[in-house]
Amino acid sequence: MKRILTALIAIGCILAVTCPAGASELDAFANLKGTINIAGGTAHIPVMKDCARNIMQAYPEIRITIAGGGSGIGAQKVGEGLVDIGNTGRALSAKEKAKYDLVSYPFAIDGVCTVLHKDNPVSELSSQQVRDIFAGTITNWNQVGGQDGPINVYVRDEASGTRAVYWKKLLNKGDVVANANVVPSNGAMKTALSRDPFGIGYVSIGHLDNTVKAPLLDGIEPNQENAKNGTYKVVRKLYMNTRPNPSALTSAFIEYVYSPSGAAIITKSGFIPMQK
Amino acid sequence: MQSHTTSRDMPLHRFLRETLFRETTRICGLICAAIVVTIFAFLLWFSWPLLAQGKIATIVSLAWRPFHGQFGILPMIAGSLSLAIPAMLLAFPMALGITLFAHGLGPRLPGKAVLTLVHFMTSIPTVVYGFAAVFLLIPLLRATFARGSGFSWLAAMLTLTVLVLPTIVLFIHTHFSLVEPQVTRTTQALGMSDTQRLLAVTLPLSRRGLLAGGILGFGRAMGDTMIPLMLSGNAPIMPGSPLASMRTMTAHIALVVATDSQDAAYYSLFACGIILFLTTFAVNLGLRWLESSTSVRT
Repeated sequence: MKRILTALIAIGCILAVTCPAGASELDAFANLKGTINIAGGTAHIPVMKDCARNIMQAYPEIRITIAGGGSGIGAQKVGEGLVDIGNTGRALSAKEKAKYDLVSYPFAIDGVCTVLHKDNPVSELSSQQVRDIFAGTITNWNQVGGQDGPINVYVRDEASGTRAVYWKKLLNKGDVVANANVVPSNGAMKTALSRDPFGIGYVSIGHLDNTVKAPLLDGIEPNQENAKNGTYKVVRKLYMNTRPNPSALTSAFIEYVYSPSGAAIITKSGFIPMQK
Repeated sequence: MQSHTTSRDMPLHRFLRETLFRETTRICGLICAAIVVTIFAFLLWFSWPLLAQGKIATIVSLAWRPFHGQFGILPMIAGSLSLAIPAMLLAFPMALGITLFAHGLGPRLPGKAVLTLVHFMTSIPTVVYGFAAVFLLIPLLRATFARGSGFSWLAAMLTLTVLVLPTIVLFIHTHFSLVEPQVTRTTQALGMSDTQRLLAVTLPLSRRGLLAGGILGFGRAMGDTMIPLMLSGNAPIMPGSPLASMRTMTAHIALVVATDSQDAAYYSLFACGIILFLTTFAVNLGLRWLESSTSVRT
């Protein structure tokens, strides 16, 4: 018993010492109590989680719940008042705006890039080549300087914000082959492409790692730096959405996401923070 | 013995307990039936906008291109059926063979081992089958046939077969275990061997178990989401070759459920839900009807 107590006290001390920097930004929550419920876009979750953890560690009487579900679910739930913040990886659609009265807060920029199998010799593609591959007019890797082999096209599901931005900004809303494989998440896309030497797909730049290869697009390297300075064009914004008069607690949470601590978390998660 | 007795010469507490048990199970049964009816009503209610506005024509078509305003779910209906039926046709005879083997057609110890293995297989989450197939079966198919990505009807169908097999085996096994004790003595008195008993007496008497196992297996094959979602490639096109990508209704629901809920694409999900519901229902009814009309119940 004594030993456990000692351990607990030790842990407490460690926590106290390593208390997150920027505690002053957390002062806004000092007199607040209650719950914030967040749901929607899955790209947002790492950011939301880290912000929530910092807040809840400083003020245990505040509870923040975070659920996924996708952009459509986020807009619907916040519109119907089931959650306080609904996340979307795209701007609200005209129909959503017509049905629900919502305020949108864009807080981060995310790039979307083409990915290949890591052993694919192709290291650069032009926008036109990418369009032709996805439209099915280029069907063999040797037409774009690769080995002889069929191109297997992978796309994301209908609900994907990643898909929406890639289709709009890079494919110019062009046709996509009907027999393309559809995968349900950024993670699944990476898994599929790391196993398929002839595959091509796209992921959020925040998800890029060494299991796949991102070719240059028109000579520009797809990374968050180029997305930030505008040379890499295939980008989208991540939004939080609330009803017009959110609670003091919800407003404080949104402010925290825009604060320097929030910006650090956004950067760590692989996105580019935006000013309010 | 001074205990209260009812008219049926049963101690009161026992009578109460039995009545209580009977009524409780009846109420549970009614609640289950009510839930099923409610689900169906809910699906109808939500797909009403679709039916009322005459949008049904947009859904009963071959093209699913949401960006072009085409929301046909026929490819998904065909996809579901083209997976579930062959998977059942493969799994059912195998399951029957395994059960017969375990019940005396095979040597005793291997039979027991097979049953234990099947028991273990039922407890493996679907996702694990899917994941194993992504890493083992898909590359194998890609290497063997050298066309396509490996994500195909064939991959999903084979994995689905493995998935529903243990369910059917356990169902038939349970039924055999109920029938066997009732017939063993009689058949031994008649001088039948174990094999004869199994094939000539137990098997025909277990017709209901086979049927129930079939229905349950088909329901699982039709209703499984994870396997087709992970392995079939999910391209919303009519199933073509065994190596081509295709999409089931369940995977379709999983892929589209997070879209804009004000969208026609979203309403197509309820149509999928209703069709899945009615399909399982129809298979259930059909097989029961078949059974009642062909068998001479003793």
